[in-house]
Amino acid sequence: MPDELDELYQQTILDHYRQPRNVGELPDADGRAEGHNPLCGDHVVVFVVVRDGVVHDVRFRGSGCAISTASASLMTETIKGRTLDEARALFRSFHALVTGQTRGPGREALGKLEVFGNVRNFPARVKCATLPWHTLEAALERRTDAVVTTE
Amino acid sequence: MRPCPTTPAQRPAGGAAAPLDVARLRQDFPILKQTVHGRPLVYLDNAATTQKPQAVIDAVSRFYERDNANIHRGVHELSLRSTQAYEAAREAVRRFIGAARTQEIVFVRGATEAINLVAQSYGRPRLRPGDEVLISTMEHHSNIVPWQIVCQQTGARLRVIPISDRGELLLDQYERLLNPRTRLVAIVHVSNALGTVNPVREMTEIAHRQGVPVLVDGAQSVAHMSVDVSDIGCDFFVFSGHKVFGPTGIGALYARQELLEQMPPYQGGGDMIASVTFEETTYNVLPQRFEAGTPNVAGAIGLAAALDYVQRVGPARIAAHERELLRYATQGVQQLPRVRLIGTAAEKAAILSFVIDGIHPHDAGTVLDRLGIAVRSGHHCAQPLMRRLGLAATVRASLAFYNTREELDALLRGVRRVIEVLG
Repeated sequence: MPDELDELYQQTILDHYRQPRNVGELPDADGRAEGHNPLCGDHVVVFVVVRDGVVHDVRFRGSGCAISTASASLMTETIKGRTLDEARALFRSFHALVTGQTRGPGREALGKLEVFGNVRNFPARVKCATLPWHTLEAALERRTDAVVTTE
Repeated sequence: MRPCPTTPAQRPAGGAAAPLDVARLRQDFPILKQTVHGRPLVYLDNAATTQKPQAVIDAVSRFYERDNANIHRGVHELSLRSTQAYEAAREAVRRFIGAARTQEIVFVRGATEAINLVAQSYGRPRLRPGDEVLISTMEHHSNIVPWQIVCQQTGARLRVIPISDRGELLLDQYERLLNPRTRLVAIVHVSNALGTVNPVREMTEIAHRQGVPVLVDGAQSVAHMSVDVSDIGCDFFVFSGHKVFGPTGIGALYARQELLEQMPPYQGGGDMIASVTFEETTYNVLPQRFEAGTPNVAGAIGLAAALDYVQRVGPARIAAHERELLRYATQGVQQLPRVRLIGTAAEKAAILSFVIDGIHPHDAGTVLDRLGIAVRSGHHCAQPLMRRLGLAATVRASLAFYNTREELDALLRGVRRVIEVLG
C-alpha cells in the first residue's frame, strides 16, 4: 500500500472535502474573485468582507477536487479575523509549504494548514492547493469580479 | 458502421484472423518497459498521444544521421534523398487512408491545423451572413473553435447536432438541421471523450444528397480501425501523426482535389510559390501550395514509418484486439461500486470514460498515477460535451493495441484503491 497517498489525503483534508466550511456567497462582499484551473476544470469564487483592515467574513463556492476544496475550506477558517497583512503572509507561507521551499523568511504559523505539507510530493497538484489562495488574494484587492487562472 | 474489413491489399501476411501477439509487439515500444513510482507503467492515455515503436524512432534518427537536407530545392544528393523520402511519406499517407490521388494529401502540424486550414481556406471565402456550419455536441475544441472563428469573420452561424444520454448522435435531428443554408458539416469520427464511433459514411451520404460537403475529424480513428476516405466519401479528412504512433508536429489533411484547387493558400512563404515578384506571386501546384515554409520532413518520414508499422500489425487485427479489451474492461468497470461509465454507445472504440460517485476525477488520476497507471482526468478538451452530460470532468482510460488484459486488471484494482484512499 503506498502510504504516500494516505499522507496526501489525510483525514482533515477528506473531512473538509466532504463537509467544506464557509460555503456560500456574501451579498455585501466588498471583494469578489473567481478562480479557474483550466487543466482540471476546478472553479472557485471567493467573497470577502473587510472591516478596518481585518477579514471580517469570507465565503466560497465552486467545484473542485479534494485538494482544492479542502484548501478553500481550511483557508476560510484560517484567515477569518486576520488582518490583510496576516492573510497575505499566510499565503506566502502556505505557498512555500506546498512547493517545498523550506528556506526563506520566517514562516507565519500555519497551524491546521500544515496538513497540505505532502502536496509538495505531488507537483501536478500544487495548483489545486493554491488556486483558492490566488483567488483570495485577488478578492482582497477589493476588486469585484477579478478572475485568476492557474495554468 | 466502422470498423470495416481491410482490403486484401492491406491485409498483413498471416491473415486478419490471427490474433495479435501483444507480448511480442510490446517489445517494439521501448517506453513501455519502464516502471513509474516503482510500478510497471500501465499506459492508458492513448487518446492524448500514443507511444512510438522503435521503427519510428529509428526512421527519424536515420533521417537526421544520413539524409537531412531541405526539400524541393538544391540539386545535391542529400536534398534529393530528403525530397524523395518526404514525397514517399505523402504517398504512404494516401495509401493508408485510401485517397485517390497523392496531391490530395497536405502535410500539416496535426488535426487542429488541418481544420483551421479548411475553415480559413475553404470556409472563409464561401461563407456569407446567415450561412450555417454544422458540427456536433461531442466535438473536440479543435473542431469547434476554428468554426467559431470563421463564423465571427463571416457572419455565418454554428449549428450543433444533439446527442443522446448514451453519447450517440441523434441522426433524425441531424437530418432536420441540414438545410439550404448549410455550407459544411464537420464531424468527429471517434469521440475522444466517449469513444463513440459515428456513422460518418451514412452522414456523408445524407449531407451529399443536399450538396453539402463533409469534413471528418479522424484524430481518434486512424489508430484503431481501418479508415478508407473513398469508402466514407467525405470531402475532407484530418488526423494527427502522434495519435497513430508517429511523431508530434506532423499530421495530414486529405481534401478532394476539386475543392483543393478552388482554395486559396492558407499561409504564404517558401515552397508554396511558383514565382514571386513584388507585384505578383504565382502559387505552386497542389499540394505544395498549402505547405508554406520548410515542412516537418523528419516528422513526415516518422509518420510514414508509423503507418507502415500499423499496416504490418494489421488494422483489422488491431480493431479485433481492442474490441475484446473494451468488452473486458467495460464488464469490469460495471462491476465496480460507485462507478458509472460515461458513453455507452453501441459502436465504440476502446475508450472508457467514467466517474466515481463522490470522488473528483483529478484525485482519482493522482492515486492511479502513484500506482503506475497513466489515465487522463479532466474535460478532455470537450467542455460543451461535458456540460451536456452535466459533468465537470471524467476519468478516461484510452487503449491502444499494445494494452493487455493484465493492464486492465491493474486499472480495476487501481480504481478500488482510489475508493479506499478517498473514502
